[in-house]
Amino acid sequence: MTERPPERVRVTGPPRRPTRRPAMPRGRQIDEETRLGEIYLRSLLREQLRQAAVTLLLLALGLGSLPALFWLAPGLAEVRMLGVPLPWLLLGVAAYPFLVLVGWRYVRAAERNEDDFADLVENVDRP
Amino acid sequence: MNQAALPGFLAVVLVTAATLAIGTWALRFSRTTSDFLVASRSVGPGLNASAIGGEYLSAASFLGIAGLVLVRGTEMLWYPVGWTAGYLVLLVLVAAPLRRSGAYTVSDFAETRLGSRQVRSLCTLIVVLVGWLYLMPQFQGAGITLQSTLGAPRWAGEVVVPLIVLTNVLAGGMRSITFVQAFQYWLKLTALLLPLMVLLVVWVGDGAPHPVDATGSGQSPELWALPLAGGDLQGLYLTYSLVVATFLGTMGLPHVVVRFYTNPDGRAARRTTLAVLALLGLFYLLPPVYGALGRVYAAGVARSGRSDVLVLELPRLMVPGPLGEVLTALVTAGAFAAFLSTSSGLAIAVAGVLGQDVTGRAFGGRRRLSGIAAFRAGCVIAVVVPCLLALAVPGVGVARAVGLAFAVAASTFCPLLVLGIWWRGLTAAGALAGLLVGGAGSGAAVLWTLGTPPGDGWGSVMLQQPAAWSVPAAFVTMWAVSLATRSQVPPDVHRTMVRLHTPERVPLDRG
Repeated sequence: MTERPPERVRVTGPPRRPTRRPAMPRGRQIDEETRLGEIYLRSLLREQLRQAAVTLLLLALGLGSLPALFWLAPGLAEVRMLGVPLPWLLLGVAAYPFLVLVGWRYVRAAERNEDDFADLVENVDRP
Repeated sequence: MNQAALPGFLAVVLVTAATLAIGTWALRFSRTTSDFLVASRSVGPGLNASAIGGEYLSAASFLGIAGLVLVRGTEMLWYPVGWTAGYLVLLVLVAAPLRRSGAYTVSDFAETRLGSRQVRSLCTLIVVLVGWLYLMPQFQGAGITLQSTLGAPRWAGEVVVPLIVLTNVLAGGMRSITFVQAFQYWLKLTALLLPLMVLLVVWVGDGAPHPVDATGSGQSPELWALPLAGGDLQGLYLTYSLVVATFLGTMGLPHVVVRFYTNPDGRAARRTTLAVLALLGLFYLLPPVYGALGRVYAAGVARSGRSDVLVLELPRLMVPGPLGEVLTALVTAGAFAAFLSTSSGLAIAVAGVLGQDVTGRAFGGRRRLSGIAAFRAGCVIAVVVPCLLALAVPGVGVARAVGLAFAVAASTFCPLLVLGIWWRGLTAAGALAGLLVGGAGSGAAVLWTLGTPPGDGWGSVMLQQPAAWSVPAAFVTMWAVSLATRSQVPPDVHRTMVRLHTPERVPLDRG
C-alpha cells in the first residue's frame, strides 16, 4: 500500500488563531494561576531579567563608555599598537570577540535558569 | 558596455541565476504547510544563523561602511559595531520570548500581548514604513553598483533589482529563502575576503604609506583616527545617538523578527542569535579595511562624493589588468548578493503584514482577496513603492539611510517589545501613545534629513540622529500612559507571560 502524499495547501502566513489544546497535567501549577505558580514565574522572570541587566551593563561598560573616554582624552586616539591606532583595535577588532563572549555567558546563564525552573516545576507536580 | 565590464556583467548574471536556481530547487522539497512557511522544525541554529547573516548584511554593510570609513574615519566603525551589538541586545531582551510568543511579525506580537486591533494596525503601518525606508537605499546601492561596474545608467539597477526580487519572492516560500540567504552570507564573506587578501599583499609590496598617515582624501590623521563625530559636544551627541539607534533598532526590523519564527524553540532562538553574533563579527572585520586602504589608493573616490563605490573600484585602482577585473567581478557579485538577499527578506516581511492586514481585508464592500493573492498584491506594493522612492529621492548615502531606518525601529518597536515582554503593566493605550510619540519624532527627523542638507545648529544635529531623544521619549510615554490607564491591563496578561518565559520543556497549555 502506498502512502498518499500530504495534501497541498496554499500558505501565506502562520495561523492567526492557533487551535487550543487541552492542558497537560505537569505544568498545571503554572497554568492555573495558583499562588505557587505565580511565585515560580515571578522568580524565573526576576532571574532572567537580572542576567539581562548584567549583560547590558557589561555592554555599556565595555563599548558604551568608549565615546566618552575618547571625548575626555582625545590624545588616546593617537596611541598606536603595532602600527594600528588604538580606537581601530578596540572598535574594528576587539569589539566582536567581546560581544560573542558576553553573549555566550548570557546564553549559559539563561539556560541554567530555565533548567532550574523546569526541574522545580516537575518535582512539585509529581504526585 | 565595453570589454572591461564583461567580468562584472557575468558576475551579476551568475549571482542572479544561482539565487533563482537555489530558490526553485529548494522549493521542490517544500511540501507540507510548515515546510513552506518556515520549515520551522528543521532549521538548525547553524543554517539559520547563516541565513540571518545573509539577510542582514545589506548594501549598507557591503558598500556603505567602507565608503564612510574612507571619508569620515574611525568614527564610522560605530555602524558595524552597533549593527552587531544590536543582536546582543536582542539576544538578552527579546530572542527567546519572541520565539515563544509565536509571533511572525511585530504586529502579531502586539495583538497577542495586548489584544488590540488598533495597536496591531499602527504596528503594521510602522513595519511597512521601516521596510520601505530600508529598501530604498538597497535599490539605490544597486543603481550605483551597475553604474560603476557596467557603465549602465543609474536607474537601470534601481529597476532591475526590484524586478528580480519580485520574481524570486513571488515564486518561492520561506523555506527556499532560508537556503538562498545562507548561501548569500558565505558568498558575501568570500567576495570581500579574497580580494582583500590580494589587496593587502599589494599594499605591503608597494611600500605605500600607512593608511592613517595618507592625507590625500582630506582628513588629518588625528581626526581620522578619532572614534567620534568631531571632538566637540555635538560630535559626542551624534556618536551616542548612533549607538542608541543601532543597539536598540535591530530587534525591531521586520526581516529580523520574521527570522526568529524559523527557530524550533526559544532555546534555539538564543543559540542562533549567538551564532549570528559570531558570523557578523567575522564579516565586519573586513569592510573597514577597504576604507583604510582607500585612504592610500582612492583619494579621488573620497573627493568625488561617491564614496559608496569604494569597495567596487578599489581592486581596479590597486591591481591593474585582468586580475583587477576578476577581483572587481567578485566584489560586484558580493554586492549584488547583498541587495538581493536583504531586499528579498524585507519584501517578504512587508508583504506578509500587508497581506494580513491590508490587501487581505475587505474595503468598501469589495471582495476580499484570498490568502495567496493578498500576499502577492502585498509583495508588489512592498517592492514598487521603495523602487519609485529610490528613483525620486536623491541618495544620502546607503549606510546613513539605513541608519535612519534603525532609528525609527528603535523609537517604536524597541519600547513595545521590551516593555511588552518584561512588564505586565503595559496597556494598549500606553503602547499606542508610545508608538505615536516615537514614530512621529523619529519620522519627522527622517523626512527632514532626506529633504535638507545637514546644518550646524543643535536643532539640525538632533534631527540628523534622533534616537538619543526619540527612544527615551517613546519609553517614558509608553510607561506613563500605561500607568494612567492601569485599569485596562489585559486580563490574560499572566497567561501571556507564562507563555513567553516558560521553557518548552515544561508542558503547558500554550494555546
